[in-house]
Amino acid sequence: MGWFDKLKEGLTKTRNNITEKVEQLLSLTKTIDDELYEELEEILIMADVGVNTTNKIIDLLRKRIKEKKVSDAGQVKEHLKDILSEIMGGNAQNVLPESTPAVYMIVGVNGVGKTTSIGKMANYLKGKGYRIMLAAGDTFRAAAIDQLEVWGNRAGVDVIKHKEGADPAAVIYDAIQSAKARHVDVLICDTAGRLHNKKNLMEELRKINRVVEREYPEAYKQTFLVLDATTGQNALIQAKQFIGVASVNGIILTKLDGTAKGGVVVAINDELSIPVKMIGVGEGMEDLQEFDPKAFVDALF
Amino acid sequence: MAFEGLTSKLQETFRKLKGKGKLSEKDVKDAMREVKLALLEADVNYKVVKDFINSVSARAVGQEVMESLTPGQHVIKIVNEELIALLGKSESKLIVSKVPPTIIMFVGLQGAGKTTMAGKLALHLKKHNKRPLLVACDIYRPAAIKQLQVLGAQIDVPVFSLGDKTNPVDIARAGIENGKRNGNDYVIIDTAGRLHIDEELMNELKNIKEAVNPNEILLVVDAMTGQDAVNVAEHFNGNLDITGVILTKLDGDTRGGAAISVNAVTGKPIKFVGTGEKLSDLEIFYPDRMASRILGMGDILSLIEKAQESIDEKKALDLQRKIMQQEYTLDDFLEQMQQMKKMGPLKDLLKMIPGFDASKLGDLDIDEKEMAHTEAIIKSMTKQERQNPSIINASRKKRIARGSGTSIQEVNKLLSGFEQARKMMKQFAGMQKGMKKGKFKFPFFK
Repeated sequence: MGWFDKLKEGLTKTRNNITEKVEQLLSLTKTIDDELYEELEEILIMADVGVNTTNKIIDLLRKRIKEKKVSDAGQVKEHLKDILSEIMGGNAQNVLPESTPAVYMIVGVNGVGKTTSIGKMANYLKGKGYRIMLAAGDTFRAAAIDQLEVWGNRAGVDVIKHKEGADPAAVIYDAIQSAKARHVDVLICDTAGRLHNKKNLMEELRKINRVVEREYPEAYKQTFLVLDATTGQNALIQAKQFIGVASVNGIILTKLDGTAKGGVVVAINDELSIPVKMIGVGEGMEDLQEFDPKAFVDALF
Repeated sequence: MAFEGLTSKLQETFRKLKGKGKLSEKDVKDAMREVKLALLEADVNYKVVKDFINSVSARAVGQEVMESLTPGQHVIKIVNEELIALLGKSESKLIVSKVPPTIIMFVGLQGAGKTTMAGKLALHLKKHNKRPLLVACDIYRPAAIKQLQVLGAQIDVPVFSLGDKTNPVDIARAGIENGKRNGNDYVIIDTAGRLHIDEELMNELKNIKEAVNPNEILLVVDAMTGQDAVNVAEHFNGNLDITGVILTKLDGDTRGGAAISVNAVTGKPIKFVGTGEKLSDLEIFYPDRMASRILGMGDILSLIEKAQESIDEKKALDLQRKIMQQEYTLDDFLEQMQQMKKMGPLKDLLKMIPGFDASKLGDLDIDEKEMAHTEAIIKSMTKQERQNPSIINASRKKRIARGSGTSIQEVNKLLSGFEQARKMMKQFAGMQKGMKKGKFKFPFFK
């Protein structure tokens, strides 16, 4: 089953997904009036797109409907879809390295699914023929190291670890040395889940980045921010905060298989222009999929 | 803590209202539009917001507001009351079983923070001289059991586990038997987190519920949850008939609108909030205070309570008097600082003060070292100097700096900082008088 089907499947699980609601609405409403726009606005906000982006989209939609002299309410959906696609922009995304060796830092707040995503990502990259190593950089949360090890075993990749409470920068340092010695293609580093307003933890992240910069200058470096699709507008704040500490290259959007609509993605693309690279659509090893903005919007409608 | 974002939004809205005499219908409508946006941005569910706006508007349009002499205040009153109604009216305590142990079951999505919260609640109970037992029923997430065991060891609370090969229902049952045998008066069951639409998980949770008949089924919700909070709450409540909610991760710049949503759809009280990464970061949830905080009246009651845990009341009253009469000295400052250490970060305390816009605070992280320096400087002063800092001249500064192992610059910084603090207190004292006149109870000391 391709990722598209899987995504579609994940989304059809959604009891009241956007599509259904739009269809419902459009079959009921016949004229294009304020009420129609207001209800479209409601649908977008209910999908966590956020007030700002929703207003922007609705404004664009109104303008376009006027310009194109659309009179059929059924057509409005197509235009809304176009606008969403434009905002989501760009081509299909993935996390394949442009060159090797590569170091991937995985960051994000507590409980978004960082460790799990790393396990899935290791499996994904290994499947593409890369040699993978994991670094257990979350030395803070109880048993985080054990959790990463379980995932490492499942994916069949090495995990470099220290004891709980150890200096994460030291773990990353060791992992870099091992990665060099074992000719690893991609080193994926776990980090402690940090609430983005905690200064010390953000400082720790900076320190880790310095270690990578110094010890592995030749590596292709990427930082991926893991976001939970059930998170509301706070996801934007999280993204902004992490941008302040590291250059975030992409987003891994997890837990998209529930009833959460993933509308944050639209807002993040709109306001911060950080592309979503992968999406988590289930609990299995294979449930991390490449992200295609166009297909994503298509799957919604 | 939380809600600052929302608070500043609403404050902005009401500032606009306050400036005017009587409210026109359009004013009310405009204000409600902004309240609506503020609430939506705070992730309160769209439908909940709509209901809220309707009910507040309905009351306002019932001419109460327009005929009132102070319309702005009246709107605040109505909005406040409605928010309290949404948040669940009063503080809600844990249900305690007549025959121990009291059984508490934690449920919720993955990553909501169940396991950590189980540790926090156990510590909270232990502090109140209870004997909690933690039971590890999450056999699915890798290392979840280990995580609970590590937490248990940190707070010296026993953890019952049968590994990850035994059925969670059996683990729960055996855990309670174990608790009874060992005289534990509280048994906290940590369950697996999965998606709320996962039938299998729901059935497992239902089976555990049936097997152990818990006194409390607490839904653990991430305060950062967006619109989906309503679905989650509905599913868990519909299937398990939860008894309450715990809100986690409320320490970020989380606006915490999920609190309002969850409460509105389940009608179940929020019992605790998790406010930080440390195991002691657990607070009781007070709906009325939270509402007044949303409205920018702050959470002065929480402040008082927090203070009372570490300061005895007489000292606090004394300090209150000093602030009012502006007799605040460096000695008080020193004493306050020492008490502050017991209370937690200054920033958290400041945020509870009404009208305090935390976003304007900027970087107020006071690090421990700086506090130690400050302490040293004040301790190097004579009694007279502490009572009356204005007598500190250049030579005295030099002596103080030497005595405290700091620099003159640092002494200067402290003195000017103290002067600022004193000015600020003056303003607060003034504000308090003004508010009383406006018939607004300023709940500093009842």
